[in-house]
Amino acid sequence: MAWKRKDLVSMQDTEAAEITEVLDTAESMKEIATREIKKVPTLRGKTIVNLFYEASTRTRTSFEIAGKWLSADVINFSGSGSSAEKGESFLDTAKNIEAMSPDVVVVRHKAPGGPALLAKHLKCSVINAGDGAHEHPTQALLDLLTIRQKKGHLEGLNVTIVGDITHSRVARSDIHAMRKMGMTVTVAGPPTLIPPACQDMGVKVSHRLEEAIAHADVIMMLRLQHERMTGGFIPSLREYSRVWGLTLDRLTHCRPDVLIMHPGPVNRGVELSPEVADSQYSVILDQVTNGVAVRMAVLYLLAGSRAA
Amino acid sequence: MLDQAGLDRALTRIAHEIVEQAGGADLALVGIKNRGETLAERIAEKIAGIESKRPAVGALDITLYRDDLGSRAEQPRVRSTEIPFSLKGITVVLVDDVLFTGRTIRAAMDALMDLGRPRVIRLAVLVDRGHRELPIRPDYVGKNLPTSRKESVAVMLREHDGQDRVVIQEPEEA
Repeated sequence: MAWKRKDLVSMQDTEAAEITEVLDTAESMKEIATREIKKVPTLRGKTIVNLFYEASTRTRTSFEIAGKWLSADVINFSGSGSSAEKGESFLDTAKNIEAMSPDVVVVRHKAPGGPALLAKHLKCSVINAGDGAHEHPTQALLDLLTIRQKKGHLEGLNVTIVGDITHSRVARSDIHAMRKMGMTVTVAGPPTLIPPACQDMGVKVSHRLEEAIAHADVIMMLRLQHERMTGGFIPSLREYSRVWGLTLDRLTHCRPDVLIMHPGPVNRGVELSPEVADSQYSVILDQVTNGVAVRMAVLYLLAGSRAA
Repeated sequence: MLDQAGLDRALTRIAHEIVEQAGGADLALVGIKNRGETLAERIAEKIAGIESKRPAVGALDITLYRDDLGSRAEQPRVRSTEIPFSLKGITVVLVDDVLFTGRTIRAAMDALMDLGRPRVIRLAVLVDRGHRELPIRPDYVGKNLPTSRKESVAVMLREHDGQDRVVIQEPEEA
């Protein structure tokens, strides 16, 4: 099936066939990264604006590289040091940027629904690069691409997501996307960090790490977000690490072909021991590499959606 | 227009012409996806039968180089380019099933140039149906097939369509 949407706002609204279309396209895009001259003329003359109101290195750089390899012009706009600090509203800033006729706006904002708001009001394509604790769709897509490459398929795989599910937009996008692709998802973490609505999303909940990871094909470790840990969710970092940290010792009870994933940035020694992060099970850097391919695929597909 | 035997004879002749003109120079065939890739494989087999050496075969997807992106209703599917050898200094024969406006070949040449600097690029097509929009001409042609613009030429290959055949199809009435 062909991509028809103007925007990519959430995995909740994206259909399985559309996800497959992005993954297949990304698979073809990967070849460009192996070239001596990493550039194709596909999006020549198109303008992409990275509108980031929250800190990001990986995602913003990844979008920038993806756009540049497709020959688009990429402009970075960050919330700090901009007119946002002078009191301009989010929507006004976006409207002003739109007046300069970009083709795609990639937006990260702390408010859930911010990108959806822009998608409604702007004529250009909008890509959600993370909105608060809501969704981060391109991260879910690059996770799926990585899993599909390593396992050969998606359907029927067991994925365990460990850590702070409540504050994680990555977990939310992953759960929606993985369920659509026929995967079984278990979430594990301290009860304070597992939202009650999890069951409604069709996932199993576990409060014991060993039990949750024993049969997993993929273990997704989430970053403990210190900056959002002001509400007494965990007793202390050390205790969290002791109960929920993934160590080589704990991995010995897992499947021998298990994949360890992490959306980054990794807190070494908190959710992942350094030995695990650097082990042969870890595909964390493959995820980053695939991030560029997935974003090239999304940019390519969205650029075609407004032609008619 | 071409049956199985005719198609096979055309490819045999193209293979001989390629070998003769290459004169022992380093040679690679690059097929334009999808049917050009299949034809390139077949020509390579025939060259292997003539010479002792089978030329390298690559496959090129030109989607990212098209000049009509954004003017179509939906984006065409991007497929992989697989050219696992260096193009530098060699003779590359581009292979496609039908040569029509020449725009695909323009895109293919741009794509090849991004991958390296071949010494020579030549063009082999199974069918030349005319109506060029760019100054491009083939070096090796299986069959010249005068057509009207409204008609379409269908190249069917065993690997894709279960049979080897070339037919001209009348436009379907809307």
